[in-house]
Amino acid sequence: MKARHLVSSAVAAIVAGSGSVMAEDLTLCWASWDPANALIELSKDFEEQSGHSMSFEFVPWPNFADRMLNELNSGGKLCDLMIGDSQWIGGGAENGHYIKLNDFFEAEGITMDDFIPATVTGYSEWPKGTPNYWALPAFGDVVGWTYRKDWFAKPELQAAFKEAYGRDLAVPTTLAELKDIAEFFQGREVDGTKVYGAAIYTERGSEGITMGVTNALYNYGFEYTNPDKPYDLEGYVNSDAAVEGLEFYKALYDCCTPPGSSNWYMSENIDAYKSGQVAMQMNFAFIWPGVNADANVGGDKSGYFANPKGPGGQFAQLGGQGISVVAYSDKQDAALEYIKWFAQPEIQSTWWELGGYSALKAVVEDPGFATSQPYAQTFLDSMAIVKDFWAEPVYAELLLAMQDRVHDYVIAGNGTAKEALDGLVEDWTEVFEDEGKM
Amino acid sequence: MVTSTLERAAEATPPGAARRIKGLSDRAIAWIFVAPSIFLLLAVNIFPLIWTINLSFTNFKANRNREVEYIGLRNYERILTDADTWATMQATAHFLFWTIAVQVLIGFTLAYLINKKFKGNDMWTTIIVLPMMLSPAVVGNFWTFLYQPQIGLFNYVVAFFTGADASSFSMIGEVALAPWAIVIVDTWMWTPFVMLICLAGLRSIPESIYEAAECDRASKWRQFWTITIPMVLPFLMLAVLFRGIENFKMFDLVVQLTGGGPGNTTTLTSIDLKREAFEKWRTGYASAYAVILFVTVFGLASIYVKALNKVKER
Repeated sequence: MKARHLVSSAVAAIVAGSGSVMAEDLTLCWASWDPANALIELSKDFEEQSGHSMSFEFVPWPNFADRMLNELNSGGKLCDLMIGDSQWIGGGAENGHYIKLNDFFEAEGITMDDFIPATVTGYSEWPKGTPNYWALPAFGDVVGWTYRKDWFAKPELQAAFKEAYGRDLAVPTTLAELKDIAEFFQGREVDGTKVYGAAIYTERGSEGITMGVTNALYNYGFEYTNPDKPYDLEGYVNSDAAVEGLEFYKALYDCCTPPGSSNWYMSENIDAYKSGQVAMQMNFAFIWPGVNADANVGGDKSGYFANPKGPGGQFAQLGGQGISVVAYSDKQDAALEYIKWFAQPEIQSTWWELGGYSALKAVVEDPGFATSQPYAQTFLDSMAIVKDFWAEPVYAELLLAMQDRVHDYVIAGNGTAKEALDGLVEDWTEVFEDEGKM
Repeated sequence: MVTSTLERAAEATPPGAARRIKGLSDRAIAWIFVAPSIFLLLAVNIFPLIWTINLSFTNFKANRNREVEYIGLRNYERILTDADTWATMQATAHFLFWTIAVQVLIGFTLAYLINKKFKGNDMWTTIIVLPMMLSPAVVGNFWTFLYQPQIGLFNYVVAFFTGADASSFSMIGEVALAPWAIVIVDTWMWTPFVMLICLAGLRSIPESIYEAAECDRASKWRQFWTITIPMVLPFLMLAVLFRGIENFKMFDLVVQLTGGGPGNTTTLTSIDLKREAFEKWRTGYASAYAVILFVTVFGLASIYVKALNKVKER
């Protein structure tokens, strides 16, 4: 049986024209979440076609960065392929963790023009805005909202909302409307159960609250830096508009979240929503297939909407990852074969069907895409308004400083929003000065 | 007896080996035996310590390929003038003081009660020591559910006794309560350890001393303060030392419970140090931080051990 498998693998490798003679055991590293299970399923096709076998190393999100960045920083050979977070791309490139893919893309006819531009900038390029590619966009993701469509449709709730706010209870188009709705549901009895307004990101330890608060900050006018003068932070990070945005997020947390939600991230928000505790949840789009299929809240009971606009515009926090070949791997040829296989339109199409968010234009611009799933249109709308956190090699220092400052103000209630953002400017300035960038 | 053992060992030694060892002084032989241990100690403890001290004067970052610069005392200056570091130290001091105080009080009381002979004594001892057999990470995770305002047992018990709404407060989400939340969990887990040490102390007191006191018509209260407490004191002090050292490096339980939040309310020094060293990768800075903590703990422990020895000598 084993011998037969080996022979068929070798034949498949030759037929596939991969040039690879030896069957390798490739290890792909990623976060432990639903899409990872879909990738295992998808990769069976690669194993059949190439003769290589695939192993997977998945780490839960709260420990993902810790574990994998340690692996990369120590030059470990555990991972041949890394689906690393978008913010790692600067460090991956500058610290020599990832191999540059430009020549490979050119040789294999893979062009970044075929992918959603935001994902190319977010997941592949370093320095940003330059044609230097270190990853292939693998999984498009963005923060959006899920809401209880069935609750919104209840006539008694419709009437009560109209009486209180003078408008219909409907999908919010602005952040202010979103807060009104959350306030309306907070502590209300629905179907005999006390429910709450919204589950939002508040997690302290890794990246949670930053991934949440930016959805308010961006839409009030927060900028990471002076667009004309990189690393000029004063007046952009702590602008009056940014202060208002931070105050909004704190107000939303104070008024409209479930008790005890002071350290919540993706999984806690999913749990709160699926157990019927909240009317709305903020979360990355990756959860939508799971929500749609859920026995309690799936199907027609849930709806999806993009992060609503604020006074400064409409943006949403980019999530998602690109797939890179680890520079310390001894199996780089086989790893590149995987990327070549993964980039094929038919594979990308299957990837979407299995629950993976393809970033390939051929998939998302297909006429049937928007109606293929109830959340597909919201995904497209959200991907059109993305902004991402710093992707500098020192992103971790920048991220942890923001976690500290924002959590201290929003959750602990220490100081003012202005003080928090002024403190953030100080922290980030120190980091960039240490890096010699200021 | 000793001589005969040595003689037997000498006879059993093959002549070749004996010839090789011949000519070596006792001191040299002693060095041969001690050298592996000393080498290990140097490699595992002393060298990393010296290397850490060296790194603490640099701007080294373990995740960056850049030239390392010596920056003198800048890391130390930054740490000691950083208000956040002092807030972390304060959080650690609060945690240390209250966990030790409460654990000693409850631990000693439990030991005193368990030391009395009653039916089911052994069973109660086993039940009481169960929490310390669990993993701190498991305990931390487990208590996050107990503290959950909507479904947590802890909130319901408090609500039952106070009449307050169970979901009206969050032990791990509120600045005023979170420091006490971690004290409660650590006390729940480690009081049995203090109890066991106190129990050993109580059981080491000879019954004859109490009998003599009875003959002298000393009251139970007087016996407690003049016999029990002085004789158990060295054990109590040892328990304080162990718990102090353990809690100074507390990490897993608190990370699982609060993640250091809300804000930085429960960010203890070990959590802060880990973030600096392995999340921000400020290796030089973290080395200086580690040296400061080492000097602090070493200094305090030295003073404490001297006091402990004085108590034992009395």
